[in-house]
Amino acid sequence: MPGLSGRMSTVVKAKISKLLDKAEDPAETLDYSYQKQIELLQNVKKGIADVVTSKKRLQLQEEKLKQQVVKLDTQARQALSAGQEDLARQALERKNVIQTELQSLDSQIAQLEQQQEQMTDSEQKLRAKIEQFRSKKEVIKAQYSAAEAQVKISEAATGVGEEMADVGLAMQRALDKTENMKARADAVQELEAAGTFEDLTSLDSGQDDIDRQLAALSSSSEVDSELAKMKAELGSGQPSSAGELGAGASAGSEGEGASTTTTEAPSEAPASEPAAEPEQ
Amino acid sequence: MIVRVSTEGQYELDDDDIAALNELDNAAVASCESSDEAGFHAAFEQLLEFVRSHGRLVAGDDLRGSDVILPPPDVSMEEARAEFSGEGLIPG
Repeated sequence: MPGLSGRMSTVVKAKISKLLDKAEDPAETLDYSYQKQIELLQNVKKGIADVVTSKKRLQLQEEKLKQQVVKLDTQARQALSAGQEDLARQALERKNVIQTELQSLDSQIAQLEQQQEQMTDSEQKLRAKIEQFRSKKEVIKAQYSAAEAQVKISEAATGVGEEMADVGLAMQRALDKTENMKARADAVQELEAAGTFEDLTSLDSGQDDIDRQLAALSSSSEVDSELAKMKAELGSGQPSSAGELGAGASAGSEGEGASTTTTEAPSEAPASEPAAEPEQ
Repeated sequence: MIVRVSTEGQYELDDDDIAALNELDNAAVASCESSDEAGFHAAFEQLLEFVRSHGRLVAGDDLRGSDVILPPPDVSMEEARAEFSGEGLIPG
């Protein structure tokens, strides 16, 4: 069979016969195979533990990003009520990016969960086959001549060898997936660090590459509507002072400037200082 | 005939099913060779469904090897293509 299945079968069989070629005496082959099987079973257990660990790490990261979303939302509100619409917009843009990232992280974690279950399932099957092999091994050793034993051994070892190859494949795929996810999560963390989400005062517009990337990535219409909604909420929630500041902010943000040094002083007018130095 | 779906398990199929299986396998290969990604996934999914619905799951302590081994359900077209060109999917 030349197709996909044929090729897979050939690869697996080649690997199994390589495993069996190691020893010459049938009895030795049996013990060697069994020993290899037990070793692999240990590896599988370790592999599953690795997947679980990586998954937990990603879940932690997810948790952190969720907190970041809440924080950015709060910061956007603060900035808006302080009359700094540009800052609010940037916070919302970042929030948008993180939310997109969260969605894909979420589905990837679910996939990993499924793979972990599959691996656990395969491990149980492999364990059953190894157990079966162990009892057959003793029968073969006791009852068959060397020539007959060779045949019986390769029959029995094929089943186990195939299961081993399959568990190995499942493990490899699960681990590759965690690696990809980890790299992605790390990249988001770097974005986060480079953009200093922590510190709103440094979020002057056009300050760094990250800002431009973020702006390009986030759909501005989504940010616009969120901003409008936030404004409306702030307007109705705090009718007196917030209303005035909101009006001032929209007037001030028309041009590109609107860089303000601090968010802590909402009473100050959004003065257009020479930008750059946030601290005096 | 025993067919393994990689990372999923072994299924025992009747010999009558071989021709249909071959046809589905060829369809998957054809769409893979013409770089038809959507076509490949559809064809491969059909192949898997055929095995799952026509086959009986082989018991865990059965030591028989498979006659045919299929790639894992989440195989990408690139991985499937690598199967033909010789790289192989199974880690060394």
